[in-house]
Amino acid sequence: MRNKNIQDYTGNAAETGKFVRISKETQNSKPSKGNEFRIKTKRKDVVSSKENDEYADYDTSDEEDIRNTVGNIPMKWYDEYKHLGYDWDGKPIVKPESGDKIDDFLKRMENPEFWRTVKDPQTGQDVVLGDEDIQLIKRIQAQKIPDVSFDEYAPWIEWFTSEVMKTPVRKFPEHKRSFLPSKSEQRKISKLVHALKMGWIKTKAEQDALRAKKEPQFYMLWATDDQAEEMRRIHKHIAPPKRQLPGHAESYNPPPEYLFDEKEMKQWNKQKNDPSKRKLHFVPQKFESLRKVPAYSRYIKERFLRCLDLYLCPRAIKMKLTIEPEALVPKLPSPRDLQPFPTVLCMEYEGHKDMVRTISPDPTGQYLASGSDDHTVKIWEVNTGRCLKTIQTNDIVRCVQWCPNTALSLIAVASGNRLLLLNPHVGDYLICSKTDTVLKEASEIISIDTMEIPERVRSSVKWEEPNDEEYHTGIRVCLKHFKEITQVTWHCKGDYFATVMPDGQNRSVLISQLSKRRSQLPFSKSKGLVQSVLFHPLRPLLFVATQRHVRIYDLVKQQLVKKLMTNSRWISTMAVHPAGDNLLVATYDRKILWFDLDLSTKPYQTLRLHGTAVRGVAYHKRYPLFASGSDDRSLIVSHGMVYNDLLKNPLIVPLKRFQDHQPHNDFGVFDVKFHPLQPWVFSSGGDGTIKLYSN
Amino acid sequence: MVSNRKKKYSTGEGAQFISRKAALKKLQLSLNDFRRLCIIKGIYPREPRNRKRAQKGVPGIKMLYHIKDIQFLMHEPIIWKLREYKIFNRKVGRAKAVKDFKAMRRYLENHPTLKLDHIVKERYPSFIDALRDLDDCLTLCFLFSTFPSLPHIPRSQSDLCRRLTMEFLHAIIEAKALRKVFISIKGYYYQAEIKGQTITWIVPHHFSFEPQSKAEVDFKIMSTFVEFYTIMLGFVNFRLYHTLNLFYPPKFAIMDNPNEGEKALADENIFVAERVAALNIPLSKTVLGGEEETEIDNFDMGENAEATEEARKEIESIKVLKTLFNGMKFYLNREVPREPLVFIIRCFGGEVSWDKSLFIGATFAETDESITHQIVDRPSMEKKYISRYYIQPQWIFDCVNTRNLLPVSKYFMGEILPPHLSPFVDKERDESYVPPEERALYDQDAVEQMHKEESEDESDNVEDLNEETEVDVKMLEDNNKLKLGVKAGEIEKEAPWVKKREERQEYKLREKMIKKKHRNLYKSMMNAKRERGKEAWLLNKKRKLHDQKEKVKNKSKKKLTIKQIIIQLFFIYLFQSLVSIFFIRNNQI
Repeated sequence: MRNKNIQDYTGNAAETGKFVRISKETQNSKPSKGNEFRIKTKRKDVVSSKENDEYADYDTSDEEDIRNTVGNIPMKWYDEYKHLGYDWDGKPIVKPESGDKIDDFLKRMENPEFWRTVKDPQTGQDVVLGDEDIQLIKRIQAQKIPDVSFDEYAPWIEWFTSEVMKTPVRKFPEHKRSFLPSKSEQRKISKLVHALKMGWIKTKAEQDALRAKKEPQFYMLWATDDQAEEMRRIHKHIAPPKRQLPGHAESYNPPPEYLFDEKEMKQWNKQKNDPSKRKLHFVPQKFESLRKVPAYSRYIKERFLRCLDLYLCPRAIKMKLTIEPEALVPKLPSPRDLQPFPTVLCMEYEGHKDMVRTISPDPTGQYLASGSDDHTVKIWEVNTGRCLKTIQTNDIVRCVQWCPNTALSLIAVASGNRLLLLNPHVGDYLICSKTDTVLKEASEIISIDTMEIPERVRSSVKWEEPNDEEYHTGIRVCLKHFKEITQVTWHCKGDYFATVMPDGQNRSVLISQLSKRRSQLPFSKSKGLVQSVLFHPLRPLLFVATQRHVRIYDLVKQQLVKKLMTNSRWISTMAVHPAGDNLLVATYDRKILWFDLDLSTKPYQTLRLHGTAVRGVAYHKRYPLFASGSDDRSLIVSHGMVYNDLLKNPLIVPLKRFQDHQPHNDFGVFDVKFHPLQPWVFSSGGDGTIKLYSN
Repeated sequence: MVSNRKKKYSTGEGAQFISRKAALKKLQLSLNDFRRLCIIKGIYPREPRNRKRAQKGVPGIKMLYHIKDIQFLMHEPIIWKLREYKIFNRKVGRAKAVKDFKAMRRYLENHPTLKLDHIVKERYPSFIDALRDLDDCLTLCFLFSTFPSLPHIPRSQSDLCRRLTMEFLHAIIEAKALRKVFISIKGYYYQAEIKGQTITWIVPHHFSFEPQSKAEVDFKIMSTFVEFYTIMLGFVNFRLYHTLNLFYPPKFAIMDNPNEGEKALADENIFVAERVAALNIPLSKTVLGGEEETEIDNFDMGENAEATEEARKEIESIKVLKTLFNGMKFYLNREVPREPLVFIIRCFGGEVSWDKSLFIGATFAETDESITHQIVDRPSMEKKYISRYYIQPQWIFDCVNTRNLLPVSKYFMGEILPPHLSPFVDKERDESYVPPEERALYDQDAVEQMHKEESEDESDNVEDLNEETEVDVKMLEDNNKLKLGVKAGEIEKEAPWVKKREERQEYKLREKMIKKKHRNLYKSMMNAKRERGKEAWLLNKKRKLHDQKEKVKNKSKKKLTIKQIIIQLFFIYLFQSLVSIFFIRNNQI
């Protein structure tokens, strides 16, 4: 290849000034081949206008070529220098000043030749392309052969013949191998054939058939509808429960009340961390039309959770009750059929200034004695509600008990550590006066045998005669105990009475005989804090309630007969059935225990009728009734029928609940007593009143 | 000789249960394989009666399987298939690692397949058992039929689900077994009754698939379930088609005459699948001939008279339901979900079609004059035909649930729809809230009365005034007449609340006599009852508030409209007078 550069200079006065035309001609070395072509490039170098003026005067024709001598190197190497390379003389070619954008723009506007102006990277000069150059570029763009003179359709010259000759122009014949079938191919084919025969390779049809076979095939699996043809081999199968069916709230268009209001929405958001507590597992939504219902975003998650439940959730059979809760309430006879029993508040006895701890009706049912924290004992007339008498004592009255002997008019009053026997002087005059005389006679007898009293008893109790003043108020005998008395109880005949001093330890129970003015201590050992003591109404038995147990002692044989297990923390009082074989025990832990003494030592029934500590219980002497009063101010009257037939258990039906007392220092009802003849009940309360309920 | 001391937990509950870890060890399976086996075989952990003993004294809560269940798994032949899978995976993995792709392809072509036919039979010894367990199966298959191909869910599985579910729908259509339908925010609930078993399934709304995070949903587990369920559903379909005298796989009567040019072009399988999915073309039967409805004879059942009466009523109402849409021609607009509506309408004997370009299987065009109902879900339409009702899709659903044709007026195009109620709510449960719309459905009289009362209330106020004045006049007259005299004694009436209060008190006392054994149960039952009552009360209150608001709104609207009318009239009058004036002037001129 040979390059030839032709230089010619032309001055064009009409143009910008002096032009330097460089013509580069590239000639192909093999023009005969035809596919080579010649490229002729002409460049017009534009020299700055200053230079133009400078030379205009004296020099026009012969200009020096500022050809760069650096050769064919990337011109970017000179980017950082001020010059572009070196000319023939070895002087650096200084980069022409390149104008800024505005200059560029002005040039574009002013120069009509701007579109054909190109920058020469070798010299940094602007070159205006000639018409030939542009034609060349256009031809290249149009994908034509750049040389105009080249004839594409020149006749074809065949250098080699296309005709096939019968015999090759070769010196040796073809090898035998080329006529024989290939051994290696045969081997391969036989392998394939063998594989096909053996079924290792499948034809396309066979493959399709096989694929179809691998898809599940369905057939008649069950011959009948409901007969099991095979045993379900799983052990004690528990079928999974079905999903709960949706309610109205899940509808796409639910009734308006199912949509959440603000409060419910707030609650929903609050329970974000504990979704199991939510009322619903979704937020109800309302859409105007079916078109607007979107897909449910948790749908896949819910299905997944169901899948997890099916294979991960432990299963067990749980019995579900289908009964109504009412069926659990025992069927009891209606209270209407169990009349008579107290139904209305009939009378109120007001007068005490403090809590009325105790009441006791007289055996005839005409009068009522009551003892209070204001140190008084009051005698009331039952029918009129009048207070007949008020007897002042020295201490809190914890217990009053009317003597059951109808021939005597006597009340035992436990006031502090003194037990007062007082004659109220109400009712039959004869009985009253006779009582006085009897007591006087008895007091004369005692002086004889005071010596026989043992030291233990003498130190715990002292029989005293009242002074005149006291005698005048009605006190006939006075027993001074060594500790505070909380309870006094008469034997049914009215001669013996027992007193309880819980602080007395082994001397806490004292039995005294009125006729002989004698006392005795039945127990030598303390069995606990004695709460209450009762005489059996028919037999010589003594019930002693300590904190947790009730012990029954035979007074004749002087031995323990039975120990009743109450299974409660603290007994408050007890009452014995007039027939003597049933016992009611009230406890501070809200229970009332009914003991059937013939059955067992455990309670026959535990009644939890009250909400708080029970303080008083009582049996009616004639009617099958019992009542209980507690700190929740309520008095509950119940039917407690005891049958003569031993096989029949007592029937207990709560009948009526009264709540008329006012609360006072957390105390409600203190004592409950029945009228001896009528189905009436008295209750004394912390509010200082006594109430009578009648039928 | 001294006998060996009995070891703890060697008998009783301690020996009956086995923890999952121990089970894995015993079966020599990986956790994944064990899970797959449990899902396919339907083995589940059990809740022991005494967890401490069952766990052999180990604290915490462990997943316990019954030892017999694990022994049962031990004898299962597919355990070997699972082991084959393990080996297969290893081989393929190796071939891939050493880039022996030829071997890998060969292995992949001969991959082991699980055959689950015998397990279906084993888990569901009778067809009824399978039907009983179909709920979950259908719900999951319907969901999977909407899935794109995902990792762990091959395309073929979702295709199979699609095919089987569509076939099942055809069986329901043919048997007319659909009973209840419900549109919930989750999807469409359907309840069908087959062989006395109620089957409920959910079909999700359109575009239900959402990509799920791996922590949320494991598609692998669901896919294993579906693997079993597809097999089960296939066999159930086969049996259902058989009992309905249909060909399985389904065939169409149209297919028998292959003169259609369409058919020649399409692949036969795709052609059938598309026709099946259209749900609109009746399948061809193996035995031709009408069905015979067996009449139930009337027997007097002294004791169960009520029950039999109820049963007969139920049967009659179902009979009505089966022919609910007989003789009706529906046309579905393109915005209406096609599949559920076509399914329901066809189940109850209606004819249905849709736009031809919407889906294959349209039988008549919108221009058909014999169309009785067009189902529309847009507020208005430009071109309407007088000969048909334009109703919203909810009408179809509500009609099916009430089992008779409801008046269409409330469901017209553009109307505000009445609430859509769930048919699945147990009506007999006490203390539960019944929305007024539901009450209206079941006793029409009550509603009429309610309306009457409302109207009366308004008139009452006027009447009251009149009455009062009358009474005053009478009183005056009476006072004049009777100044001295004997009055007849009046019977003192006990106030009803006194009696009620007494009864309540008595009951309260009786409540205290409940045995200790039952006390807690009673308490919890009463608490639940109270809670339900509270819920009902709350709903009632919300409804009342809402109604009041609505009333106020309506009133103000009415007032407004009246005002507008008055203003309009006024303007018309003004205009007329102006015109007349103008005319008069013209005349004068």
